Amino acid sequence: MAERERRLTPPYGGVFVARTRVMSADDMQRATWRMAHEIIERNHGLDGVVLIGLQTGGVPLAARLAEALRQIEGIEVPVGCLDVAFYRDDIGLRPVLPEAVTDIPGDLDGHTVVLVDDVLFTGRTIRAALDALTDYGRARAVQLAVMVDRGHRELPIRPDFVGKNLPTRRDEVVDVAADGVDLGEMVK
Amino acid sequence: MSRPGSGARRHGDPRNLISIGDLGPDVADGIEEVMRLTDSFVEVSERAIPKVPTLRGRTVVSLFFEDSTRTRLSFETAAKRLSADTMTFSVGTSSVKKGESLRDTVETIEAMGVDAIVVRHASSGVPRQVAQWAEASVINAGDGWHEHPTQALLDCYTIRQRAGGVAGKRIAIVGDVKHSRVARSDVGAFTALGAEVTLVAPPTLLPPSLDGWPVKVSHDLDSVLASTDVCYLLRMQRERMSEALVPSLREYTALYGLTARRADLLPEHALIMHPGPMNRGVEIAAEVAERQGAVIVDQVRNGVAVRMAVLFLLLGSGTEWGGESDR
Amino acid sequence: MTDTQTRKADVAQALVIRGGRVIDRTGERHVDVAVAEDGTIAAVGTDLDPASLGLHGATVLDATGCVVAPGLVDIHTHLREPGREEAETVETGSRAAALGGYTAVLAMPNTEPAIDSAAVVRQVLDAGRDAGLCDVRASGAITVGRRGEALAPMGEMAALGVRLFTDDGCGVQDDRLMRRALEYASGLPGPVTLAQHCEVEALSEGGHMHEGEWSSRLGIPGIPPEAEELMVFRDIALARLTGAKVHFQHLSTAGAVELVRQAKARGLPVTAEATPHHFTLTHAEVASYDPVFKVNPPLRTADDVAAVKAGLADGTIDAIATDHAPHAQELKEAPFDHAPCGMLGLETALALAVTELVEPGVLSLADVLAAMSWRPAEIGGMADTQGRPIAEGEPANIVVFDPTEEWTVDPTQLASRSRNTPYAGRTVRGKVRHTLLCGEPTVLDGKAQR
Repeated sequence: MAERERRLTPPYGGVFVARTRVMSADDMQRATWRMAHEIIERNHGLDGVVLIGLQTGGVPLAARLAEALRQIEGIEVPVGCLDVAFYRDDIGLRPVLPEAVTDIPGDLDGHTVVLVDDVLFTGRTIRAALDALTDYGRARAVQLAVMVDRGHRELPIRPDFVGKNLPTRRDEVVDVAADGVDLGEMVK
Repeated sequence: MSRPGSGARRHGDPRNLISIGDLGPDVADGIEEVMRLTDSFVEVSERAIPKVPTLRGRTVVSLFFEDSTRTRLSFETAAKRLSADTMTFSVGTSSVKKGESLRDTVETIEAMGVDAIVVRHASSGVPRQVAQWAEASVINAGDGWHEHPTQALLDCYTIRQRAGGVAGKRIAIVGDVKHSRVARSDVGAFTALGAEVTLVAPPTLLPPSLDGWPVKVSHDLDSVLASTDVCYLLRMQRERMSEALVPSLREYTALYGLTARRADLLPEHALIMHPGPMNRGVEIAAEVAERQGAVIVDQVRNGVAVRMAVLFLLLGSGTEWGGESDR
Repeated sequence: MTDTQTRKADVAQALVIRGGRVIDRTGERHVDVAVAEDGTIAAVGTDLDPASLGLHGATVLDATGCVVAPGLVDIHTHLREPGREEAETVETGSRAAALGGYTAVLAMPNTEPAIDSAAVVRQVLDAGRDAGLCDVRASGAITVGRRGEALAPMGEMAALGVRLFTDDGCGVQDDRLMRRALEYASGLPGPVTLAQHCEVEALSEGGHMHEGEWSSRLGIPGIPPEAEELMVFRDIALARLTGAKVHFQHLSTAGAVELVRQAKARGLPVTAEATPHHFTLTHAEVASYDPVFKVNPPLRTADDVAAVKAGLADGTIDAIATDHAPHAQELKEAPFDHAPCGMLGLETALALAVTELVEPGVLSLADVLAAMSWRPAEIGGMADTQGRPIAEGEPANIVVFDPTEEWTVDPTQLASRSRNTPYAGRTVRGKVRHTLLCGEPTVLDGKAQR
């Protein structure tokens, strides 16, 4: 999300002028492990659980969560990726092409889908993702895991598993990378 | 120097797809972009419900002055899988027959509030003219002898899908190049992607001038086949016989048809392609169309996904051809 | 013509054109020109005083910085009347001509019905006189209905003053018929010229533009230059065979120019014209698929354009003729291969000649005027009143133009009833200020007077 957001939130493709590290790589790793435990706890194990990372920021996080789940429970959870470009509610208004081909591991009927993204902001991407998921079957439940919840929701959407709640101004930018999470301002 | 078929525009036309040259300042980038996007739409097409809500509320009109059920269905299926509304302006039953001018027809359609017009016409250049009068995006579904860009895009996609890519491939385009819109678009697209193209045809079926066409020419199919990765056969129109362009269909087949014997000269890995509809027994022997390497059915299948990609790029992405693609 | 002069004399008033640079077939000089009420030139000289010439109340036309020359003569104009009045009429075409600096036009016979009889000739001449904006002459068809099958009654048309015959729009395809036409015409009372639209239809049929690089790329069936050259070659041979005069219309290919050059070198009685579009535009224009660039003969290559200019420069091509061919807007908004051939020319020809020929140094201004006034007047058989020197006693058919004034072609501002100019938006130099037809201003300060 952050990757995309940086390029798609005006001013598009800007440059950070000030940035503060709000999570280190270690912080992220600890948060990932905590979220993995919460997923297991909430679902009483991992039976029927599928992780779906949202392109692009959610995909590496989904992989890391899957690895954590494997280490904790010794189970390989199916992992997929989903691109919501065809389901956005602002089609034609903003330049967005799919990042990659959507890859959903099998039919989702009866499964518990954990959507994974890096940053939860307005909630519009998650809305699009929920629409997209219905085209792949009727999941038993859909849960949401995000590394950063920065607030400013525009839709009634709430995460189930959160790495960090981070109060932000609307014009700030959150950047989630492999080595940590930064909060900053950007100019074109 | 612009490539054959690229028409007037050396720079891309961001709003329309009339010629392969409209795909951006760098045509190869534009084609690659369409092909990447096509991957996503192939995935959509393979789903149980092969439909996405992307173009809800958009209207795509098919304006076909020349019958082509295959192409029209392919475009309309693509539009419907993107949830666009589709309308068919059937010229046979419309006021065009009553002498309405081309411009009046276009302005009438525009007034209905449409987002894209898919144009097919027996006269070269009509989509370009339509684009001058229309606010909507114009997609060329084949104009006269000029271009058929979505055919070339699906041909590129099929070669990429079946042979790993177009760059460096030795492609023989065989038959009536002179009267072929498919050949003009294919030459532009294949050469932009770095293929080596050889046109194989009797001199009467080649364009009068090949200045600026980065192609080789041969009149001897047998000598070309052994070093061909893709053998692309063009449809031989029966009416060419009456124009003294070739003495007879029999002689044409004897010299330029892909017979079973000739197909054996092709390397094992070679693809055999045809834009359809085929004249079996004329440009292609019936059994050759069925052999390993014949990807004619793949071409048709990929047509829908490629056209979804084109419609999405023009109507849904908010990007411009070859512009900042924001990937 | 006498009728026109008489009628003009009723309304004309005396004029003095002051401060201009006079260019005519006798040379060039800075003199004033006084025009009497009777439509003739009363005096030519420096610092003329109208009163002392007995020209009381004479209007003074300031021609400072302007060229004063014999009115232009177009020997290739499609006025469309009768039959296609929605595209042009004799009146609207005459107005366009006057604004373009013309005092005479020769109407082509491809009207509906064709100008192939005395009746239609009379109709066109009458309409020209009624409009009173230009000396409208008629050409006659060589064959009945321009169908290329039987000779038209050239004698009865010649008796009404027709001096040039052509099937323009088509060439006479039949070799024997063309031979007969040349032989027959040479026996008519009064010198006549047969003019040919050179196009061998067997080669051009189905074509819509020049055959070559662009037609190949654009997928438009082409017309090879040889379609024109073969007929030029044939008619040169027939001129030799019959001794009759042949005029070649709208030469467009390097090969055709060369054939005419050789024929002239051998002393054959041939003349030729070229159009502004064939020395200005190339087939690359067609890339827009805009039928406004569709014309016959088609726009050719840059080499052909250079050859046409060279032909004008060395006198191989005698005249610049417009081939002014108006077409209704809706016909030009058709697919390229359905649209009719032809483009407007009268109102832009002089500016294009100045811009494309004089400014790059291909021709002098005097050469351009020779090619647009007195030489076409001779070919068209109207040298008795048109293209005359600017001298006392001559009919005052005069154009005054500023060869340096820049203007931009705007199709909506043209006087022609049609809009099919290929020069929309083009900036050119050379603007007509005044046109006098037998002393009467048809154009004053760039405005048509009727």
